[in-house]
Order: sequence, then C-alpha cells, then structure tokens
Amino acid sequence: MSASSSEMMTANVPKGVNWSYAFKEAFTTAVIALALLCLLLGVTTEGGQNILIFKPARLAFAVFLAFVVRFLVVVQKERKAARLEAERLDAVAGIQPKKRRNWFERAEPYLQPVLFFLMAFFPIVLVTTLGGQASTKWVDNYGIVIMIYIMLGWGLNIVVGLAGLLDLGYVAFYAIGSYTYALLAQYYGFSFWMALPVAGVMAALWGIMLGFPVLRLRGDYLAVVTLAFGEIIRSVAVNWKDFTGGSAGISAPKITFFGIPFNASDEGFAAKFGLEFLPIHRSIFLYYIIFGLAILTAVVTLKLKKLPIGRAWEALREDEIACKSLGLNTRNTKLTAFAIGAMFGGFAGAFFGARQGFLTPESFSFEESVLILATVVFGGMGSLVGVVLAAIVLNGGSELLREATFLEPYIGSDPNRYRLFVVGVGMVVMMLWKPRGLISTRTPTVFLNERKAVSGSLVKEGHG
Amino acid sequence: MEVFVQQLINGITLGSVYGLIAIGYTMVFGIIGMVNFAHGEVFMIGAVISLIIYVMVTTVIGVSAGAIFFALMMCLVIGILTTSILNWAIEKVAYRPLRGSFRLAPLISALGMSYALKNFVNIYQFERSSNKSVPSIITGNIPIMTSSDGFEVVLNDKNILIVLVTVVLLTIFWYLVQKTSLGRAQRACEQDRKMASLLGIDVDRTIAITFAIGAALAAVAGVLYLVYYSTVSYNDGTVPGIKAFTAAVLGGIGSLPGAVLGGLLIGIIEIMWSNYVSSDYKDVAVFAILIVVLIMMPQGILGKPEVEKV
Repeated sequence: MSASSSEMMTANVPKGVNWSYAFKEAFTTAVIALALLCLLLGVTTEGGQNILIFKPARLAFAVFLAFVVRFLVVVQKERKAARLEAERLDAVAGIQPKKRRNWFERAEPYLQPVLFFLMAFFPIVLVTTLGGQASTKWVDNYGIVIMIYIMLGWGLNIVVGLAGLLDLGYVAFYAIGSYTYALLAQYYGFSFWMALPVAGVMAALWGIMLGFPVLRLRGDYLAVVTLAFGEIIRSVAVNWKDFTGGSAGISAPKITFFGIPFNASDEGFAAKFGLEFLPIHRSIFLYYIIFGLAILTAVVTLKLKKLPIGRAWEALREDEIACKSLGLNTRNTKLTAFAIGAMFGGFAGAFFGARQGFLTPESFSFEESVLILATVVFGGMGSLVGVVLAAIVLNGGSELLREATFLEPYIGSDPNRYRLFVVGVGMVVMMLWKPRGLISTRTPTVFLNERKAVSGSLVKEGHG
Repeated sequence: MEVFVQQLINGITLGSVYGLIAIGYTMVFGIIGMVNFAHGEVFMIGAVISLIIYVMVTTVIGVSAGAIFFALMMCLVIGILTTSILNWAIEKVAYRPLRGSFRLAPLISALGMSYALKNFVNIYQFERSSNKSVPSIITGNIPIMTSSDGFEVVLNDKNILIVLVTVVLLTIFWYLVQKTSLGRAQRACEQDRKMASLLGIDVDRTIAITFAIGAALAAVAGVLYLVYYSTVSYNDGTVPGIKAFTAAVLGGIGSLPGAVLGGLLIGIIEIMWSNYVSSDYKDVAVFAILIVVLIMMPQGILGKPEVEKV
C-alpha cells in the first residue's frame, strides 16, 4: 500500500477501528467496575443503627459509565495508533507530514495579553457595568480568590514547574506568611505593608530551613517530607493555643488604605475621599494588591528564567545527574528555587490574612496544597498562562458547582461535594493525557546556532 | 511499670496494623521505585468495605460469637479480593502508562488517585456523617497483672487477635516471597527489571501482582483497624497512610522485615508519646521522625544504602 501511494504521492489513509475489540475491552472494564463498586456504591449504611440501604441505580450508572469511558478511550487509542502508523508510512514514502500544533500552542501568544488586560481591568469593568453593590460579590468571591490561586500557582510553579521538585506542603509557607502577619500585628502592632516583607522573608527562611537537609532526597521522598512538613505546621497552629489561638483562630487586622480604614465612619476611606461608603472600595483595593503581587511573581519568574539560575533550574529538572557531572551545585540551585517559591507563598499568605481578618488552621489543610498543585498541573507545568486558565477553571468551576443545585436530584447529593473528586481524577487524566503540559513542543531557552523546537515526548528526564 | 506494659501492648497492636500497611509501600517502592500515595486510601477502602460486610452479615444472621467469626472471615475474604482488584486496576490505569514518562508524572498521578478515591468514598458512603461505627466487635479481655495501686493491665482479646492474624499473615507472605517462583520473579524485578524481562519474566504481571498483594495486606489491616477502633472515616487513609510510610522508611524502604519492624516501632512510639508527652502532638512526633530518619539515615534500620544509577 505504501508503495502505490508513494507513486501517486498521496498520503496514507489511517486504518479503521476494530470495533469488536473495543467492545470486548469495554465489557471487561464494566465487569471489573461492577466487582469493585458493588459494595462501595451499591450498598451503604446509615445512622447509628447502621441500617443497610441498597442503591442499585447509581451502581448501574457507574458501571455503564465505566463501559462508555473505556470504549471511547480504546477507540481514541486505536485511531491515534492508526494515524501514527499512516504518518510513518508517509515518512517512509517521502511525504512531508503536516505540522500539527494543538489549540493551546496556537492560542498561547494571544492569550497572554488578553488575560493580562482581563485581570487588570476586571474590577473596573464590573463596577461600571454592574454598579458598586452587585459587583462586590464578583470581585470578592471570584476575582480575589482566583488571583490568590494564580499567585500561589505561579509561586509553586517555580518549585514544581521550573526546578522539578514536587512540593506537597506548599500551603505551609502560605500559612507561615499568614500567621507571621497576624502575630506581628497582634504582638507588635505591625501594619500590613510592614509585615508583608517580613512574611515573605519568614517563609523563605523556613523554606531554607526545611530545604537544606531534605533537598538531597529523591523526588518521592521530598514529596512526602514536604507533605509531613505541611501537616506539622498545621498541627502546631492547631495545638499551640497560647500563641496561635489554636483552632479557635486568631484575628488579623483588616487592610487599610495606607492607614485609612475602609469603614463607614468619618475617618473612613469613603468619607475622606468624599465618596459614598461601599464595601466594593475595599474589595477593589485588595484586588489590586493581590494583582500587583501576582504580577511581581510572574515578572520575577520570567526574569529569573533568563538568568543562569533559571537555566540551572530547568537543567536540573531535566537531568539531575548530568547537572552534577557538569559541576552544578545542585543543592544550592534547588534551595534557591525552594526559597523563592516559599517567599511568594509567604507574600500570598500575608495578603490572605489581611483579606480575611481572621485566621484558623482550617484554611491551611493538605487539601489546599493539592488544589494549588492541581492549578500548576492543569496549567501544564511551567506555563504561566496555563496557571491562570487553570485557576479560573478550578475556582470558577467550583463556584459554578456550588450554584448548580438543580443537579441534586440526579446525582443524589450536593454537587459541590464532587469538586475534590473531580480535581483528583483530573490530575490523573492530565498525567495520562499530557504529562508535560498542554504545550507539546518545547523551545529551549538556550540554544546553539539555531532555535529548534524539541517535541515534548522526546525530552526524557533522568532520575534524580 | 504497669502503665508502661499496658501501653506497650497497645503499641504493638497498633504497630501490627501499621506494619501490614507499610509492607505495601515498601514492596511497591522496591519494585518500581515510586511512593504509591493511594495505598493509604486502599487501606481505608478495605476498612470501609469490611464495615459494610460486617453490618450486612450481622443484620442477616445476628451477633452471636459464631456469626461474628463468620462475618470477620467474610470481611477478610471479600475485602482482600476487592482491594486487590482495586490496586491492580489503579496500577493498570494510573501508573503503568506512565512508567517511561518523566519522573514527577507517576507521583502526581498517584496523588490524584489518592485524592479521587478518598473523595469518592466520602461522596458515596459518608454523605450524612463523617464516620461510621459498629458496636465493639470483640470485647473479652484477660487480666495479666495488677499494680499495687490497683491499675490492672489487661490483654484484650482483640489485641491478641490482631497480633495473631498479623503473625500468621506475615508467615504466609514471607513464604510467598522467599520460596515461590513468584517471589523470585519479584526479587529479580527489584534488582534489574530489564534483565529480568530478558530472562523471560513477565515484568508487567509481576508488578501487577505486587500491587495486588500489597493491597491484600492493606485490606487485612483495614479489617483489623475496624476490629480495634470499631469506627471508620473516609479520612482514615491519609494519616495512617503517612505513618505506615514512615514505618517503611524507618525500617529501611525495600526491606520487608524492616517494614514490620518499623511499623511496630512507630506504633509503640506513637502510643508512648501520647501517653507520656502529649497526645496533641502525636502526629507531629511521627512526622518529625519521618523527616529526621530521611535526613540522618535514609537507608533505614534494615535497608541497604541506595546506589544512584545513571
């Protein structure tokens, strides 16, 4: 076939799908799903008396879902294999394959300015269209929360995306930043702007203290140790009641406009500037602070990427042993990534304290670490634009789920309970589908003579 | 002294459970060099399934001694079967396709899997309350010594059962790994996967069986956990999971006797710490041990020092 098509110089047609194979695979999967889920889904106990309740409907639905998903996956896999085979035959016959770039790569150059302007003018656009009252909820619940996640995602991106160190306790640095602000304000009367740099420095110091001994560990160990560190910090915040207020929490002073409080009094922001008092003033001010901090994170990341240290991070991520052999001080390189990442976590933490006005250890659970990591993973590790999109989708999506109460009769419980489940599944799917992120080719930052894109699948990493 | 003995008994019991979970971590790490973050969740699912089976059996045939024995046997058999299939499926879906991928991929996948499983169980089994409990399953006890001020040291029947089951299982397991061809294949894959496959060992199958065996032991740990505490929560996979991982690291990751030894040590340390120092900080103590062990002696007590291969 390849010979005849090369004579005519037409591309090879991919083979069709083997449907019976796909059905068989899907059927097997459904049987396994039935065996696995018959107790976990089909039966549940309720109340102190443990009354048994049988739920065959949801079991049947899940098994059916397993069947459909497996079927689609097999079909997709077969199609891809057939297409690759056809392309290989084309290459043998001397036909140039068409260049493929996925939608994300094509969109990325345009997304960057679009997203920037969207973020920069988000509150202004809202206030002018919706008015001061109605937009408070949007700026507060969506804008600020999403910006916090963007900032945390960008901070963690330095550690995970650039240096390739899996940090499962990033929330610890966030917590350290928050508590630094709250405690400094409580015991020494620090204002937000005074406490902000201290919070960053404290987080970075803790990052160094933790990182110094543990960064020579392998990736897996590092992940577990950082996880344990996060739990230790949270546990200390819960149990050291005299100092941190324990699980009852600690109050942190709310943000002021350089000393002018945002309240309805005569000394308040609105009165001083001759405006009508609206809570939106505070929200907008907060939004621009976190926006500025996030942009600072992004600018520092982009600048550092071009410096030798940034190059060293990327090299380290790709192959640690090669780096060592070339005389790179891997410990110090990792440490700087860890400390800088932690510092931005600390900044975000201080901001969080000033926004909430009240801190409890609840806010710094392992769950948060996973959500921040998910932002980086979904964004395609290493991509700043990706993190923004992921933060919007994750938080916007979860807010949508919270509103989607109409789904309740169909899925049997509060849709928002599915949020974390979906995040977990999403992380697995992302790894299976595009482990190196949404960008399938990589342009090296340093190159010899000519800039050549390297296919993501060709970049293989050594074990560190 | 009497208090110490009593705490030691409790520590050994808890440690047996940790040891059983730790074996799953250590075996998987030994053979493919990754931390299976979802293993704690597999253990938790084992415990939840046991609870459901226990309730089903006891509602049908009552709570006589024979019925409880039958219920626990059912828990063991069905629990082992279900979690083995589960871990086998997890490996096939989430880890196997990533074996040649970059090094963070399996870790992130495992983390996502652990998170998905935990929340799946939360959504479908813990809709109304965050934990389920059954009346104490085994209640008898044997007093063994009494102190002068009347403190009585007792050996609970459930402690005996837990230690007994652990010992029996470990014997079977040891035989499996040391004396059968499956065990030889496992150890061969541990040493050199490529060479093993050249010599005709089905590496994929061996790895899958390793996952299944680890899950079976975790299921047994789940049944024993239910017997010991009579209560299960969807959150019970995470912290015991990290503690069992700590046990595996402390004993020397990759070493099977090390996992059991580490489990016992962690169990005893945890109980002693909460009794003599502060029960608030018992988790902190265990996590701190993890960090200190990894820094001071990453090879653990019985492990071999790791050699970095290019």
